[in-house]
Order: sequence, then structure tokens, then C-alpha cells
Amino acid sequence: MSEVILSVKDLRASIDGKEILKGLNLEIKAGEVHAIMGRNGSGKSTFSKVLAGHPAYEVTGGDILYKGESILEKEPDERANEGIFLAFQYPIEIPGVSNLDFLRVAYNAKRKYHGEEEIDTFDFEDLVEEKLDVVKMNPSFLERSLNQGFSGGEKKRNEILQMALLEPSLSILDETDSGLDIDALRIVAEGVNQLATPENSSIVITHYQRLLNYIEPHFVHVMYDGQIVKTGTKELALELEERGYEFIDELVEVGA
Amino acid sequence: MSSTTVKNLVNQPYKYGFVTDIETDTIPRGLNEDIIRLISAKKNEPEFMLEFRLKAYKQWQKMTEPKWPHVEYPPIDYQDIIYYSAPKQSKEKLNSLDEVDPAILETFEKLGIPLSEQKRLANVNVAVDAIFDSVSIGTTFKEKLGEAGVIFCSISEALQEHPELVKKYLGTVVPVGDNYFAALNSAVFSDGSFVFIPKGVECPMELSTYFRINNGDTGQFERTLIIAEEGAKVSYLEGCTAPMYDSNQLHAAVVELIALDNADIKYSTVQNWYAGDENGKGGIYNFVTKRGLCQGVNSKISWTQVETGSAITWKYPSCVLIGDNSVGEFYSIALTNNKQQADTGTKMIHIGKNTRSTIISKGISAGKSKNSYRGLVKMGPKADGARNYSQCDSMLIGDTAEANTFPYIQADNDRAKVEHEASTSKIGEDQLFYFAQRGISEEDAVSMLVSGFCKDVLNELPMEFAAEADKLLSLKLEGSVG
Ligand SMILES: Nc1ncnc2c1ncn2[C@@H]1O[C@H](COP(=O)(O)OP(=O)(O)OP(=O)(O)O)[C@@H](O)[C@H]1O
Ligand SMILES: [Mg+2]
Repeated sequence: MSEVILSVKDLRASIDGKEILKGLNLEIKAGEVHAIMGRNGSGKSTFSKVLAGHPAYEVTGGDILYKGESILEKEPDERANEGIFLAFQYPIEIPGVSNLDFLRVAYNAKRKYHGEEEIDTFDFEDLVEEKLDVVKMNPSFLERSLNQGFSGGEKKRNEILQMALLEPSLSILDETDSGLDIDALRIVAEGVNQLATPENSSIVITHYQRLLNYIEPHFVHVMYDGQIVKTGTKELALELEERGYEFIDELVEVGA
Repeated sequence: MSSTTVKNLVNQPYKYGFVTDIETDTIPRGLNEDIIRLISAKKNEPEFMLEFRLKAYKQWQKMTEPKWPHVEYPPIDYQDIIYYSAPKQSKEKLNSLDEVDPAILETFEKLGIPLSEQKRLANVNVAVDAIFDSVSIGTTFKEKLGEAGVIFCSISEALQEHPELVKKYLGTVVPVGDNYFAALNSAVFSDGSFVFIPKGVECPMELSTYFRINNGDTGQFERTLIIAEEGAKVSYLEGCTAPMYDSNQLHAAVVELIALDNADIKYSTVQNWYAGDENGKGGIYNFVTKRGLCQGVNSKISWTQVETGSAITWKYPSCVLIGDNSVGEFYSIALTNNKQQADTGTKMIHIGKNTRSTIISKGISAGKSKNSYRGLVKMGPKADGARNYSQCDSMLIGDTAEANTFPYIQADNDRAKVEHEASTSKIGEDQLFYFAQRGISEEDAVSMLVSGFCKDVLNELPMEFAAEADKLLSLKLEGSVG
């Protein structure tokens, strides 16, 4: 049996006193891909940020176990260095810090955290060249300020570049497919698939069944008002696409 | 990583806060004509200098402290300040720096400024004038500079050795009655540097002055004068530190630069005076008048400042562009934290034709500090074809700091062009979270963000100091995280 990477138990979280996650349960094993779908505002991004430890959210109940250990007390940088990676729905622009410097510092932070020696600028550039290939990105993006003036699609690709470099055990892709053109979608999906190993897992948050043609999920979950209310396989995504979220409404009402 | 840790980030101990215990020659507290005569006599000054001082004193008495800066402080009791304090010397005149009181040499060494003969061999590209309270301790590389015809010494020494040069230029850029603090300085100035680069000479090394305030009750009244004759070129840098006292000390300086035809003066400052504690107790009042005169055609004066210390900073290094085609530049980083207050910027006065000026200002405010950019660009009626470009960016760290921009433009010539850009950004939770999510600690994130923000200005500093200044910025913001 493969190892449980992530186990979320009855998770409750709020922001500015408003409860957004209302008892969320989820278990992910090594090698699995889980898709999360759900209406706008159902709490998908909130869940991803709570997993990564965003300070604005307060966990008010339940637990998050990562590789068997609660991470609720861990700082966000610690969680990241332990292998949790979040590809943001809206990657933030950082003026004045070059993409390359940022990548190098992030990469070395992880090495340092694991007691490894930092790698020098030259070796690092070789490594980055290799990773650029995964997302078919032009090296000119390395010299630019991080995400600054990047198009929506370029920002998403840059997120996957970072993921390729940091080789996380658990990646959370928050609507990485939104705003991508058809070619970019394929490239990003291929990149994600290329990085998948039997040891690591991912959570793919999306609104479109289309992405799941490229990234085959083992499970599809539907989020509704801060909870996962339905779990199925790939077929669930197809059903949602066809019938919309209304049948979930009915389902929730029946359950209530 | 709550907002309280963002606050923690901006606290760090001041590393230069120690006091050197030495015997001093200190005059009585207070200010009057006799005190001014006493200072002048102690320095054995020529008669014209005493007259200059007394004239300034008379003007100062009629003036009032400026109230327009966006800073607050309790009234200063000018009768409670000691206007002259110097380390006691065993000999009348020292033959070499190696004869200086070892405690003082050690002080400068601790500050990273080795003065003794063997030690300074390591740093052969920079000549140093070291100023301790009211007097210059000594100047390195004098002989080598002398061979090139360059004069680099303290202004006190220049008054002995080259009185005619001092007389010719002193007060020509900043007149004795220019403003309240300049008038005070002109009356009581103690020491500072004197630089003279003769016609056609490019100064063979960086010149620098290190200012140290040691005594808790002494004001430091620095006076610096730099003259670059036709075609001459020089790069000069000043650094400043002071011990931590609960009281405030006054540093009221006047710096005058004069560039003749085709001359080029680059003046850089890394200011790290004691800033007071996190509650705003103690720290230096840094009230400074710095002005450069681009007298000659094609001359250039460039100011670069990294202001990180002082409880209050009030300074506007300016350029008066008289010579046709002359160039003025102002590159500034002003970082304030805790309860620090800064009101700083520049004045670019375009008088000659085709004169050009550039202003790049980066203000960083953290803690409960106040940081204001104040600048004036003036295009005179004869300044045909003159151009100015200004860019003023502010960065806020946390929610309790204040950033302001007060740009003034006065154009009396419609053939001149003025461009102004401004921005305000904030190091917010989401930016820090982005870094953290990639495994980067808050401290590293802040330092990357700040040095990225300041890059355009750091690049203007002489190579030897750019890395130091960058480090200083990080240090100033470093917290007790981890
Ligand atoms: N500071 C806040 N105060 C109150 N409500 C908030 C705050 N921040 C987010 N919310 C609410 O939390 C809910 C969940 O938001 P979240 O971004 O997690 O949704 P989502 O499922 O990712 O939606 P989308 O599909 O549009 O990306 C929304 O209703 C949002 O308005
Ligand atoms: Mg979302």
C-alpha cells in the first residue's frame, strides 16, 4: 500500500472572522492526482492557501497531516521546504527581483533546509536551462523581474517552472489552466505529467473538464460551501460539465 | 508570519553604538560671541575666518528654525549644546597617524576604517579623512595624492596651509545666511574635509571622510568644501556613525561643491548615525545643507545618498546648474524605521542652456516612521533646452509607516522640459507569502525586495561601497525572526 501524503480531517478555517472552510475531509496517497472542482467562491483557493499556511487564515478546527505529521504549527516557508508547493491562481508581481535570482534563492533555501550545500550561479543556470525546457519557456524570462508584466499565461507557466525546479512532493495547482491558450494548456499539462512520479501527488483545482483530458485524475472532488460534498472518478467531471452544479445543489439539499 | 512578525523584521541592534572613553578638550556649553572666538582661537584661524563666523552668528540670531519640514521634535536648546570637543593630544602636532591615541585608532578600526600605516595597505584605493567629534584625526595617503597635485585634508588644516583657497570658495555656494542651520554651522563649524583637484587632474583614488560623533553633549558641525578645477574629476564618499545615547545630538553640516568647466564631482553618502531606539528615544538630528555649483560649461555634479540612520534627517543635496550643458544628478535611498523621520530630497536649479538633471529617489518606510521626499525643479528664464527627469518611488513595510512625496516644479521657460513619475508600493503579506511559499524566509524576502527596489541607486555608488550599502539596508530591516 502506498504512503498517505496528505490527510485533511474536518478542517475549519476562517478569514476576518468569517468561516470559509466548514469541515473539509480529504486523503491523498503518493502517486495520486486529485482534481477539485466547485463553484466560484466555494473555497477552493482558500483551501489551497490554508494548506500552504497563509497567515491571513485562521484554522479553527480539524487538522492537516502531511506525511503523517500535523503541519498546523509550521511556518509557510517550512511547509514549502518540506515539499508543499502551491501554483497560485493569481501569481503576484515582484518588481526589482529578477526571476533568476528568485529561483536561485528558492532553490538554495530548500537545499539549505535539507542540509545540502548551496549551488553556485553557474551550475544553477545549467539546471534552470534544463527546467525551462519542461515548460518551453524562453530564457529571456529569467532576466525579467518576477512576474512583472508577464501575461496571464506566462505567469502560469512561470509557476510550473518553479514547480519543476523545486520538485515538490505535494503540488497544488490552483486554476493553472485558466487563461492558457490551447498550446500553452498542453505544454503545461505535459510539464505536470512529466514531473509526476509514484512518490509525489498533486491537487489540481480547475473549472474545466478539458484540463483533465491531459492530466488524468484518480479522483474528482466537488467542493460546495467549504466542504467536499461529492467524490468520484473522472466521469464525475464529465457529468458536472454536462449538468452544471445544480445537481450538486439538489444533492446537498437531499443530504440536509 | 503574522503582521506582528512583519513588525519584528524591522528591528535590529545598532552595531556602532559604543562609546570611546578618552580625555577630551571640551569648551563650556552654550553659544555666544566669546564661544565663537574661542573656537576660532583653538583652531588658530586666520582673521577672515573669525569674521566669517561672527557675521554668520549675527545673521543666525535674527533667524528662526524652519517649520515647513514634515517632522516633529521638541524645541532644541542651543545654549545646552557643547560646540567644540576634541580628544586631548599629548603633542602639539602629530607627525603621522600612528601617533594618534590608540583608543581612537581602535575606534575607527572597530568601525571598519583602519587608519594605521600597515592596516590600511589592504585598502589602497581609498584615502580616508577621519573626523572624531569636532576634529580631524588625520588623513591617509596625503603624500600620494600630493604627487598628483590633489589636496585632501581637514578643513582646519586647509585654513593653515591653503587659506587663500578656502577664502576664495568658502560660503560661495551656501552663503552664511542661507538658512537657519547653515548659518549656525557657518558660525561654529568644527571640522570637515577639504578637497582641491587642480586643472586637468583626475583624482587617482576614491576620497572618503568618516564622521564619528562620540561625545553625548556635543553637536557636530561638519564643514566640507570640494573644488574641481577645469577638467578635474573626483569621487568622494562620506560615512557616519555615532554611539547610542538617550539624548539627541545635533549634526548640522554644510557641504559645498564647486565644479568649473568640464569638471566632474561625484559625492556619495552612506549615513548611519544612531537612529534612536524603537520608542524614538535618542538619536541624531541630521540637519544638513549640501549644495553643488556647476559653475563651468559641461560640468557635472552627482549626489548619491544612502540615508539609513538619524532620528531626523533634513537634507536636500542640490545642484545649481549655471554652466551651459552642465549636468546635475541626485540618487537617493532613504530608509526609515521605528520612529525615525526623514524629510529629504533635492533642488535642481537650471540656469544655463541645455542643462540636464536626473532625480531618482527611493524611500523605504517601516515601523512607525515618516519618510517624505521633497524636491524642487526650477527652470530659469535662460535655461533653453533644459531637461529634468524625476522618479520618486516609495515602499511601505507594514501598516504603520508613512510615506509622502512633495514635488515642486517652477518653470519660467517654455523651452525646458520636466518629467515626473512617482509610485508607491507596499511589502505586504501576500508578497511575503509568495516568497515563503517558495521556501524563502521573511528576512531574505525583505532584503531581496528592498535591494531590488533600490537597485537603480545602489548601482550609482562606487563599487567598493555598493555591496556594503546593500548589506546595511538589509541589516537595518533585519528582525529577530528565527
Ligand atoms: N477577507 C475575506 N473576508 C470575507 N470573505 C472572504 C475573504 N476572503 C475570501 N472570502 C470569501 O471566501 C470565499 C471563498 O473564496 P475562494 O477564493 O476560496 O473561492 P474559490 O473557490 O477559489 O473561487 P474561484 O473559483 O472563483 O477561484 C468567497 O466567498 C470569498 O468572497
Ligand atoms: Mg480560486
